[in-house]
Amino acid sequence: MLLIHCPYCDEERPELEFRNAGEAHIARSNNIAAESDEDFEKFFFIRSNPKGVIFERWRHIHGCARFFNAARDTITDRFLLTYKAGEPKPDLTKLAADAGPAAWANRPPDQLNEKPKAKRPTKGEA
Amino acid sequence: MRKYSVFAIAREAMRGHKGWEEQWSSPEPKSEYDVIIVGAGGHGLATAYYLAKEHGITNVAVLEKGWLGGGNTGRNTTIIRSNYLYDESAGIYDHALKLWDGLSQDLNYNVMYSARGVMMLAHNVHDVQVLKRHVHANRLNGIDNEWLTPEQAREFCPPLNISASARYPVVGASLQRRGGTARHDAVAWGYARGASDRGVHIIQNCEVTGVRRTPDGRVSGVETSKGFIGAKKVGVVAAGHTSVIMNMAGVRMPLESYPLQALVSEPVKPVFPCVVMSNTVHAYISQSDKGELVIGAGTDQYISYSQTGGLHIINHTLDAICEMFPMFTRMKMLRSWGGIVDVTPDRSPILAKTPVPGLYVNCGWGTGGFKATPGSGNVFAHTIARDEPHPINAPFTIERFRTGRLIDEAAAAAVAH
Repeated sequence: MLLIHCPYCDEERPELEFRNAGEAHIARSNNIAAESDEDFEKFFFIRSNPKGVIFERWRHIHGCARFFNAARDTITDRFLLTYKAGEPKPDLTKLAADAGPAAWANRPPDQLNEKPKAKRPTKGEA
Repeated sequence: MRKYSVFAIAREAMRGHKGWEEQWSSPEPKSEYDVIIVGAGGHGLATAYYLAKEHGITNVAVLEKGWLGGGNTGRNTTIIRSNYLYDESAGIYDHALKLWDGLSQDLNYNVMYSARGVMMLAHNVHDVQVLKRHVHANRLNGIDNEWLTPEQAREFCPPLNISASARYPVVGASLQRRGGTARHDAVAWGYARGASDRGVHIIQNCEVTGVRRTPDGRVSGVETSKGFIGAKKVGVVAAGHTSVIMNMAGVRMPLESYPLQALVSEPVKPVFPCVVMSNTVHAYISQSDKGELVIGAGTDQYISYSQTGGLHIINHTLDAICEMFPMFTRMKMLRSWGGIVDVTPDRSPILAKTPVPGLYVNCGWGTGGFKATPGSGNVFAHTIARDEPHPINAPFTIERFRTGRLIDEAAAAAVAH
């Protein structure tokens, strides 16, 4: 089960309180009747379904009941951040740099076991 | 290929079992094939098998990122049935069911198809109406399906709790007697053996990293982890990763990939004679020939490629199983796992040509593709060989999401989606 940070309640709560509401940042046309079949298909059916960072909507249905957006890595299921509805789409390049384990998911096998350098000096140094 | 038979067993027993051949060969890829199939699961291998057997196209490669049958073919709950509501679905799933019957003989490989009956439980008035509608619709399409009272249901499946005070009371059931199970791995292995024998190259550990197209847009081959492999026709049969592969060719798909979980119990003596599904409480259960209870749970609510799902999903299913079959409350579960399923908006598959000439796609089987394996491979091979769909898969186009001719099994399915 995921732990999800609701940007309105400003709390990390279990997934059971939330409902996923599909891909984010898909704009509905102001005049849906005038949409061509191609544009309606793109809006209604076609989804990016990325293997990597996805922008998606969640609703805190058993909490504040509000919709918000999230950026999540679909390989690790780790949330990169959540942000309020109406806020602009965050910069993907900055997110990817901070992706943590997700950044390792697509590395070739010979690089996988590289250990991060110790932050504290090891014994003997100082 | 040496035929498997009782005489082969006797012959090998005489010479210490030293003459058994490998079931399929693992050649290095050639630089060019007539057809490349992306994905060596059941559907991909069946496609290659029928391309070779029925259409004489043997210069075929099946490329697999991991190992053969290691995706959803090896992760499903092996249920086979064809009691779908709409004519189009009934057509394709029953085509598959007819091929299951006789598949072991056709492949000379025991796929252990067992028509033990698939029973679907009704727990409320709405279930009764929906399942009865399915029974009538199926019978009009020549597919067997019958209505059972709770007593008849318990007679067919003795462990079932039909007490009126049950949390999920059973008020009736529909039964497809031709439905049942098969051994999922044997299906992949049998098709691989049959295809390899006819000259198809099965290349494992070969990930497709790009789709190359000519300046006029046609497919000319695929980039892989073993280098470029040319082909004028490429069939994508990549289940949960279809969106990823199709993106490489510049085609955006109406698909979303979700984790779907299943689990098995410790093995016990035969206690459970059939397959039971309950859509309302979302549980399905059968017993494998090894003795394990095989239990299917639901999908998670979010897109993921992680091949793992939330614990609360399987918990919910086990709650329901324990209510309906009180004898299983002390059963221990051995293993649970997830597979990534590609779901279309109308919950029906896409088996079709694509806007890119030479590129074909077989996807969108969602939570229930195993049952369709032989039928899907059969008509997809026809689609690739003739460059036009078989009448059975003609309705399952990619354009239906533009034209609106959906096959909307989601709204009225006899299936736990």
